[in-house]
Amino acid sequence: MRQPFVEVRNMRDISMERVNKTRETMLETVKSATLTHEQKVATMANLADSMLEVLDLPEGLSELLDQPIDRQCICDLSEGHAPLRPRYIIPDYSAFFKNGSKFLNLDPPTNLYEAINDLEIIYRHVPSVTNFPVYVGALDKLLDPFVQDMDEEQAYQIIKLFFINMDRTILDSFSHGNLGPEDTKAGRIILRAIRDTKDAVPNMTVKYDPDITSDDFALDCVRAALASAKPSFGNHQMFKGELGEDYVIASCYNGLKYGGGSYTLVRLILGNIAKRAANTKDFLENQLPYVMDIQARYMDARIKFIVEESGFFENNFLAKEGLIHRDKFTAMFGLVGLADAVDILLEKEGHPEWRFGHSDEATKLGVQIMDVIDHFNQNHFNPYCEATGGHFLLHAQVGIASDIKVTPGTRIPIGEEPENLVDQLEVLSHFHHYFPSGTGDIFPIDMTVHRNPEYVLDIIKGAFKQNLRYLSFYASDSDVIRITGYLVKKSEIEKLERGENVKHDTTALGMGAKHNGHILERKVR
Amino acid sequence: MDPRICDGRVPVNKIIPFSAVDGPGNRTAVFLQGCGFNCRYCHNPETRAVCINCGLCVSKCPAQALTMEEGLVTFHPEKCVSCDTCIHTCPHDASPRIRFLNPSETLKEILKNTPYIRGVTVSGGECTTYPVYLRVLGELCHQEGLGFLLDSNGSYDFEKDEAKLLPAIDGVMLDVKAFDPSEHERVTGVSNEMVLKNLHVLAEHGKLYEVRTVVAPDLFQAEQTVRAVSRVLKPYLPIARSQTTGEVRNIRYKIIKYRPMGVRSTYRDMTVPQDDFLQHLSDIAKSEGIEDVIII
Repeated sequence: MRQPFVEVRNMRDISMERVNKTRETMLETVKSATLTHEQKVATMANLADSMLEVLDLPEGLSELLDQPIDRQCICDLSEGHAPLRPRYIIPDYSAFFKNGSKFLNLDPPTNLYEAINDLEIIYRHVPSVTNFPVYVGALDKLLDPFVQDMDEEQAYQIIKLFFINMDRTILDSFSHGNLGPEDTKAGRIILRAIRDTKDAVPNMTVKYDPDITSDDFALDCVRAALASAKPSFGNHQMFKGELGEDYVIASCYNGLKYGGGSYTLVRLILGNIAKRAANTKDFLENQLPYVMDIQARYMDARIKFIVEESGFFENNFLAKEGLIHRDKFTAMFGLVGLADAVDILLEKEGHPEWRFGHSDEATKLGVQIMDVIDHFNQNHFNPYCEATGGHFLLHAQVGIASDIKVTPGTRIPIGEEPENLVDQLEVLSHFHHYFPSGTGDIFPIDMTVHRNPEYVLDIIKGAFKQNLRYLSFYASDSDVIRITGYLVKKSEIEKLERGENVKHDTTALGMGAKHNGHILERKVR
Repeated sequence: MDPRICDGRVPVNKIIPFSAVDGPGNRTAVFLQGCGFNCRYCHNPETRAVCINCGLCVSKCPAQALTMEEGLVTFHPEKCVSCDTCIHTCPHDASPRIRFLNPSETLKEILKNTPYIRGVTVSGGECTTYPVYLRVLGELCHQEGLGFLLDSNGSYDFEKDEAKLLPAIDGVMLDVKAFDPSEHERVTGVSNEMVLKNLHVLAEHGKLYEVRTVVAPDLFQAEQTVRAVSRVLKPYLPIARSQTTGEVRNIRYKIIKYRPMGVRSTYRDMTVPQDDFLQHLSDIAKSEGIEDVIII
């Protein structure tokens, strides 16, 4: 039955000046030479949405949010003013395979052809903040039953085409598939396809557990990563301990519940909050708590709208057919610039010589800041985050293209990495555990390691023993590289720089990160 | 000899915490100072001699990281800016940037890198210049569950093994600079009699992890060396065994391209071999039955 039209409360007026400014941007979008058709449609939709004013915004938000990047303290990552869907949606593809879909008029698949065809179809119907699926499934587990009795070469040909299809139709690299922790026939074939196609989409993570994942399979993953910058390695024991066995890695590196997702992700820009503080004490006791409180209430308002007013969970087929469950959703309380905040505060305390990544005092202050944030989050309650104990999950956000002098999450700034990797890992080991919904560090690796993939595996094994959560590697001479959490081809960035169209919207983000975030200058290991 | 080389202490040129190129997996590489060979293509000639405390480098150091203390050149690493002025100044192929460490002091440095490393490789210079140090360090590493490999020019007599080194090491990565004795003298200035004996002895004991030949076409006939070494190895395949993991693996032949980086100026303009020549050498080794051949 058709739902009655919901009357929207409190739709506030906006000025004609803002309307006209938005209309000008829309017209520029229509005429853009570099955006593809899909990118134009998505931009137009976001601009239309930007004129809605329906959320009950907390007082003081605008002063923290509507600011240039050197002063902004809270950033909502262009999620929109009236969110029409949760930011990240994680469909239960196993249930889809088991039951088929009434809405899509599909029966459960009986062979590899049908399985892949079904996935390619459903991906077109999984919404997200990017309008593309941020999670494409545990591809090895989903496909393994169908390749058991199949000639391996034939299965490889089909799966390779599947990967090419994803890269050419999912036009955004915040799209993530999972592997492992078990070694499977499908997993091996997928790794071979990844190595051979060397494409940016989808992003991939192997859930690595030294007690379950064989060295041989893990080394195959390392070889694939050196060829195509994926998969990344996720600490399975750590994620499982926090989120349960039914967790997935989606978008950049976000740990979320299978069949759920995240309503929203808003981030604190810690460096700019530190600029407001007189000293460390003022930061920890006044400025940071003030901004966190406003961010949390802003997230509450967004979640309330999505759950209570948008109608998404009542009307979308994914919810109706049990492929997602409202009570498996949570929200991500994000942050960037821990290094920036630590350095600014230490300077204010008269210790400019103590830099984040290079002194125990800086690490200690970083931990102190994280403890305050963690404690705040553990004491903030949201009724729609039952899946994670009524709390948001902390997320070390990787930054966006327009960030200038903002260091991702809790990373050490590019160009300031310690000379020795072991010292960098030591610093990171204090911070990864705070972030069940994702954090990670990225290491370009020298060519000679192609001969010695065990080198990378030894580092991963050691790192996971030291409580690190998530590591990514790519060969320093690779075309496809990891920008911050997502993958982009350097050759595609060059095309965009020449003013040509490129198919993935994330290439533009990569270009921004190259110029503003210096991501091509990471220290090679 | 420097008086600081006593009580089990040896001159340590450098410790690299993580190395991808000194044996299997991730390893800490310890470089000892001093080598009796004079290879023309040596890419770290400053590790060849032990400092004679002449003091020439002290006044040249722009960072005051070197001082003269009671007649001994003393290095202050916290001040060093790694400009290499000292090693370019030194007329003796030595380095003043040396720490004198005994095995347990070395182990303490190594343990900073656990749990990320699977083992330790001692290189040089020529590490077997200090066999007793190596034996003790090897035993300490094994107690910590770390593998222990040597990178050696083969000048130590592993048959006599007066320092009882063999039980304390997992294996040796042995350089065979040239198979023909006169060519070996041309490359290194010394005879290869001991090297070739060690090739057999180490392989027999299952302690030959890898053989390495640096290909410098101006100096020797690489084809002949690669073929002859492969023939020596063939009967011993596959018997290299890891003491820590018990894993049995083939002896690897590593064919290394001569590169002018770090080489003394008088030898820097030797011919760099073409990649297809290196591939040809790899094919020779494979045709002689060596399965694990890599080119670097």
